[in-house]
Amino acid sequence: MTALSDVSTHAMASARCRISEVAFWVLALACAFLFPSRYLIMTDIVRLGLFALSLDLILGYAGIVSLGHAAFFGVGAYSAGLLALHGIINEPVIALVAAGLVAAVLGFLTSFLVIRGVDLTRLMVTLGIALLLEALAERFSDITGGTDGLQGIEMQPVLGLFAFDMFGRTGLFYSLVVLFILFLLARRVVHSPFGLSLRAIKNNPLRAAAIGVPVNRRLIAIYTLAAFYAGIAGALFTQTTALASLDVFSFERSADLMLVLVIGGTGYLYGGLIGAVVFKMLQELFQSITPQYWLFWIGLVLVVIVMVGRARIHRWVLFVPNLIIRQLAGRKAAVAVPESDAS
Amino acid sequence: MASILTNLFDGVAYGMLLFVLACGLAVTLGLMNFVNLAHGAFAMAGGYICAVLVNNSGWPFFAALPLAFIGSAAIGIALERTLYRHLYSRSHLDQVLFSIGLVFMSVAAVDYIMGSSRVFIKLPAALEGQIDLFGVGIGRYRLMIVVICGLLTLGLQLILAKTRFGSRLRAAVDDPRAASGLGINVPQVFAFTFAFGCGLAGLGGALSAEILGLDPYFPLKFMIYFLIVVTVGGSSSITGPFLASLLLGIADVAGKYYVPKVGPFVIYTVMIVILLWRPNGLFGRTAAR
Repeated sequence: MTALSDVSTHAMASARCRISEVAFWVLALACAFLFPSRYLIMTDIVRLGLFALSLDLILGYAGIVSLGHAAFFGVGAYSAGLLALHGIINEPVIALVAAGLVAAVLGFLTSFLVIRGVDLTRLMVTLGIALLLEALAERFSDITGGTDGLQGIEMQPVLGLFAFDMFGRTGLFYSLVVLFILFLLARRVVHSPFGLSLRAIKNNPLRAAAIGVPVNRRLIAIYTLAAFYAGIAGALFTQTTALASLDVFSFERSADLMLVLVIGGTGYLYGGLIGAVVFKMLQELFQSITPQYWLFWIGLVLVVIVMVGRARIHRWVLFVPNLIIRQLAGRKAAVAVPESDAS
Repeated sequence: MASILTNLFDGVAYGMLLFVLACGLAVTLGLMNFVNLAHGAFAMAGGYICAVLVNNSGWPFFAALPLAFIGSAAIGIALERTLYRHLYSRSHLDQVLFSIGLVFMSVAAVDYIMGSSRVFIKLPAALEGQIDLFGVGIGRYRLMIVVICGLLTLGLQLILAKTRFGSRLRAAVDDPRAASGLGINVPQVFAFTFAFGCGLAGLGGALSAEILGLDPYFPLKFMIYFLIVVTVGGSSSITGPFLASLLLGIADVAGKYYVPKVGPFVIYTVMIVILLWRPNGLFGRTAAR
């Protein structure tokens, strides 16, 4: 067996759809039907999950630590808001894609800044870009509404068929469908040879370059794709809440996003989605205990996760699901194991 | 003309303040290669210690300043021994997450204890108003800041260059393994340096309450400024961050005064450009890992 076919069998084996994945999506859909009173928070979770998925693409697969991912979220949110407000593109799905593309263009342009330099420079540059955009949005208040945000956004029905209702039912199913489609796309991307080469870059850029992977081009591509995803998440935010304000760019949003991904685990796509569920539940819990000071507990969770060690926590978190999968499907069943990222 | 000079002086005072606030970070981030986004939290701690002592216990301002230093340094060494020490060898991502967590905790904790509104420190009458120096109006408080921070900078430079501790620190940073082979207690040197940096931040926090404003969101608001000072200034010496702080201070004050509408993004743009042009900082020599 040649090396090439070896790689492709391996890639195809890991890309095969697993029973646990089907179960995950069935469960997600079931939740949407089972809890009709919780549409808003579930929409929030779906949105956050998509946003975290976007960060996972660059952090978990390409190893780029970004402190300013909210920049793309914010650009997507404002693009969708402006498109709807001025009636440029009324149809939400097309507006969604357009907003994503705007963010992708920004991602493409800034990727040249990001691929230069090491971790620390990247941190600073991504953070600087997000702060820069926030300052710009505040400055051009005649376009963005300044600190008041965009107001009076009215969304047209999705595909001309499903109108947004006040309970958020349409919003939830719309977001869920968008998430599912984009997830499938991301899954396809990371299991392709392109995705494998990204992992090689993450593990050792120098070695990856030596075996002929065009490191910079790959990083630019994935960064642009991640920006597209984040833009879509931001556009979903605007479309489902009919709101876009300056805090879409805030540092807290980028920091929370890191926490989401860290809770769920990086580098296996589901981490962002699981993390979003856990994060939102934690947030609800803390807010119900101490409405004003929930930030403290979020911070504590971060510190504890880092001190205990991320890899260890993921083993604990996945212990019960894995146990169930093994019981149901026998010992040889594929088990959900996050790639431990000790790098 | 006089207003330009006054602005320049304000900028210098602001820059020196930034230097005292950030030079501890220059050591942890620049020399020990630890991404500590929580540095501002120590500055805030110093500021609040000083505020409580002066406003509630009636201490004189100048007596409270050293205690702001000692208090922050004590918090710093306690955290270094219990938490930070385990993270020196971890990835940057872990360090970022950990220090963001600390920032969040400190913000909420201070909000809980002290309330969310801005805190003012009662200044002695001798520090209020302006004095007229060759026709240039100079704030007394800012003059004091320039004097204190100038002396501190000189002192730091002397300690680093001339004392035994300074050479130990430089050795420990250059090559920790060789340094410990020579009998230098590297963790101890690092812990002491970390505590000293936190103490300086605390002192800076106490001094800056009047100029930058002190509220629970201080660590988040000024985090980017500290990071700019260190990354732009580089970390190979004290001089780099010092010049970077002065530049940043003067640019920020001038920007807010002359072009108030574009002030913030001039600074961010300059930072990004400098980082791309010289990834190791304007004055940096050592290659960042």
